[in-house]
Amino acid sequence: MDYSFTLLILILPFAIFIFIGLLGGKMKPQLSGILGTSGLFIITLLSYVTAFNYFSHRTGEVFQSIEAFQFVWLQFTDTLIIHLGILLDPLSVMMLVVITSVSLMVHIYSLGYMKGERGFSRYFAFLSLFTFSMLGLVVATNIFQMYIFWELVGVSSYLLIGFYYERPSAVAAAKKAFIVTRFADLGFLIGILLLSFHTNTFDFTMLTDINGPAIAHPATAMFMGLSVTTWAMLLIFMGGAGKSAMFPLHIWLPDAMEGPTPVSALIHAATMVVAGVYLVARLFPIYSFSSPDALDVIAYVGSFTSLFAAVIACTQPDIKRVLAFSTLSQIGYMMVALGVSGYGGEGLGYMASLFHLFTHAFFKALLFLGAGSVIHAAHTNLMTEMGGLKKYMPITHITFLIACLTIAGIPPLSGFFSKDEILVAAFEHNKIIFAVQWMVAGITAFYMFRLYFNIFWNNTREYHHTPQESPATMTVPLMILAAASVFSGFVPFHDLVTSDGNPLHTEFHWIIAVPSVLIALVGIGVATTLYYRKNTKPEAIANGVKTFYTIVYRKFYIDELYLLITHNVIFKFISRPIAWFDRHVVDGTMNQIGNTTVFFSGAIKEMQSGHVQLYIWFFTSGVLLLALLILYLN
Amino acid sequence: MNLQGEIPLDYMIVLSTMLFFVGLMGVLIRRNLITMLMGIELMLNAVNINFVAFNHYLFPHRLEGHFFALIVVAIAAAEAAIAIALIINIYRQFGTVSVDDVDELKY
Amino acid sequence: MTGPKIIFFVLAAAIVVFAILSITSRKILRAAIFLLFVLVAISGLFYMMNFQFLAAVQLILYAGGIVVLIVFSILLTSQINSKLDPPKLNHLLSGAVTAIGGIVLSSITILQFTFKPTHTAAIGTDMRTIGRQLMDTDVHGYALPFEVISVLLLAALVGSIFIAQKNRT
Repeated sequence: MDYSFTLLILILPFAIFIFIGLLGGKMKPQLSGILGTSGLFIITLLSYVTAFNYFSHRTGEVFQSIEAFQFVWLQFTDTLIIHLGILLDPLSVMMLVVITSVSLMVHIYSLGYMKGERGFSRYFAFLSLFTFSMLGLVVATNIFQMYIFWELVGVSSYLLIGFYYERPSAVAAAKKAFIVTRFADLGFLIGILLLSFHTNTFDFTMLTDINGPAIAHPATAMFMGLSVTTWAMLLIFMGGAGKSAMFPLHIWLPDAMEGPTPVSALIHAATMVVAGVYLVARLFPIYSFSSPDALDVIAYVGSFTSLFAAVIACTQPDIKRVLAFSTLSQIGYMMVALGVSGYGGEGLGYMASLFHLFTHAFFKALLFLGAGSVIHAAHTNLMTEMGGLKKYMPITHITFLIACLTIAGIPPLSGFFSKDEILVAAFEHNKIIFAVQWMVAGITAFYMFRLYFNIFWNNTREYHHTPQESPATMTVPLMILAAASVFSGFVPFHDLVTSDGNPLHTEFHWIIAVPSVLIALVGIGVATTLYYRKNTKPEAIANGVKTFYTIVYRKFYIDELYLLITHNVIFKFISRPIAWFDRHVVDGTMNQIGNTTVFFSGAIKEMQSGHVQLYIWFFTSGVLLLALLILYLN
Repeated sequence: MNLQGEIPLDYMIVLSTMLFFVGLMGVLIRRNLITMLMGIELMLNAVNINFVAFNHYLFPHRLEGHFFALIVVAIAAAEAAIAIALIINIYRQFGTVSVDDVDELKY
Repeated sequence: MTGPKIIFFVLAAAIVVFAILSITSRKILRAAIFLLFVLVAISGLFYMMNFQFLAAVQLILYAGGIVVLIVFSILLTSQINSKLDPPKLNHLLSGAVTAIGGIVLSSITILQFTFKPTHTAAIGTDMRTIGRQLMDTDVHGYALPFEVISVLLLAALVGSIFIAQKNRT
């Protein structure tokens, strides 16, 4: 069937961005909010229609990848063309559904959360811009289009993190996010150039074709022991690592919590940070066949990041920071799953990673929106200043509890299914990574329930003004997302999204499922004993391992390390000389040219001195000189 | 009398050249506007001598040089009148006729 | 040394010497008188070349008109008592170099050409011939320049009156 209506899914948010951006100042704020939300509602419906139609038609066993729309943007050679278009295949259709649904929930939530704030229209304009960019990224037909939208997503993220631009911390966080991801994108661009140079194409269909130039005849040039394709894929992963905040490029994500909470829900939990995972999944055939070394790197980086982030999350007092590190940890899971995956029949890791992406989007968005609800009511971000909110905010409480159970991996919630598949895939490939991920599952359960108990139990706190349940515009999305968290686990993902399009056969492994649930319960138990009622046990434990606790609390001093390097190395040895060069050589040359001109003009202007005799003398001596030259010295 | 035999044309030419450049030097050296005018008159007269000499020596059957010199005299008279009028105006404006003080058309 | 030669050399010497004195004199009235002498000597030169009418016109107009005008302007600008400033040294040097260079260059250039003497009969220079030529409208007639010069004189007349008038209050 004709899928060209999917172009509307991209055009509509962009049009809304332009419209609200230009006219938002002249409209009532509520109007821009309603406009943004209704636009998003339309495209959510359209993506559901697309998904329904797409997944109901199989050709043989495989889902077709369809180019719904394509036009030539820049043509270099016959095959090296930058198109702009829409590619529909299981991966991108799934992402369309996720992005539009979460974005719609965030829009509806923001109508209540951002009510009365200054810059309301600007907020909705930026949200629409972000939605447009993210959608453009996932339906990209070629890697360059993806890069274009990748940068656009970075820009939207910058604008939204720095939304409260009068706060210097927000401005610094926005700069940090943009600079770190931009630095990573440098690697991405070099990887793109390497890859397209050797395969002579940008197009995804051609790149991931098993008989195509990237896989069947890869370039044989080697550099430092690794093939060119592996280098290209590693560099591309560097871009993905920046966007998905893998260690050591993770520093921007905790600081990005300076933005409004719905923004954190949309961008930094559910959609933008999974762009790196999406990138690896998109190029998975190349990774799998031509550069399995890169996949190993991805697995180890992801595993380390998830452990690292989970440990830090246990010590943070700020709710949003805990959730940020939790996001880092879960994305680490997704990267691990991709890293341990094979192709085709062994593509369990691939499917598990995307399944986890799918479920994570819903429950992480729910967690963030719930956190926003709590922050809105208690007027503070720190869980140390909260407690006992369960009697004031029942709906938020129940939905938050559901989300915590989901992320801990308790059956039959969705988190259990997706995390379990990842553990199975890891077990079959690399036992060490499996062990690490299994431990991280326990730590995850621990810190999530630490968060839960600190916010909703511990009834000893008195509040200045009684917190109230949030308005309906905020609680309805919470409920919808809670339902999604519960039921999305039952989606037959293995039939729909797999590495080669064929449905994957999966079976239930008791030997993995039972230990994973057990360790989650252990984590919950530890958290309950420490935080169910206010007591001194947590402080005692913290004082017992004081140095280690401080290091973890300060996030292993990675931020300080980065600052040290930039200030002492980059600024001193690179920026200062360049600045000196610019000021003295470049500007100096210009100034000297100016001074020379002034000097010569000073010398020449004497010729117009106003003395008539001087003019006459110039005239006559000039004539005589010319006569001399022409007559005698010719 | 016909000077053709006695005084060669070259003498007249040299004479008129010298008078011309003396007049030019007068224009360049003198600081008073009126004395500059005198130098200009000298130059005009040198030209007149030249015209008349060529007429007399090379084209005695025509009167072109003669009439040219006549016209030049008339024009010199008109020009001197205007120059004097200007000098008087300048004297009223600046209070001086020194050429160093009338240098306002400059950078 | 025939008569015309002596007269010519005397006149030529007078012209050059008085011209140089005129431009170097420090008293302005003396410069005007030296100019008068130059003009009279030139008139003598014209007379020698058989152009009596032109010599007379030169005397009347130049010596009797322009020099008088110059003397009037000297008196009107009240400089008769003050001494003129000597020229500045660099002006003097550059003027001298230009003048001497110009004399040398022009003389050398012109004197390289040999002027062939003609032997055609001379036309008369009596008033009748001059008058006829002046009013002639044929190819060698000078009626047009005559009329044009009269217009020019009118313009000069009107112009000088206008320029030199006192400012209308």
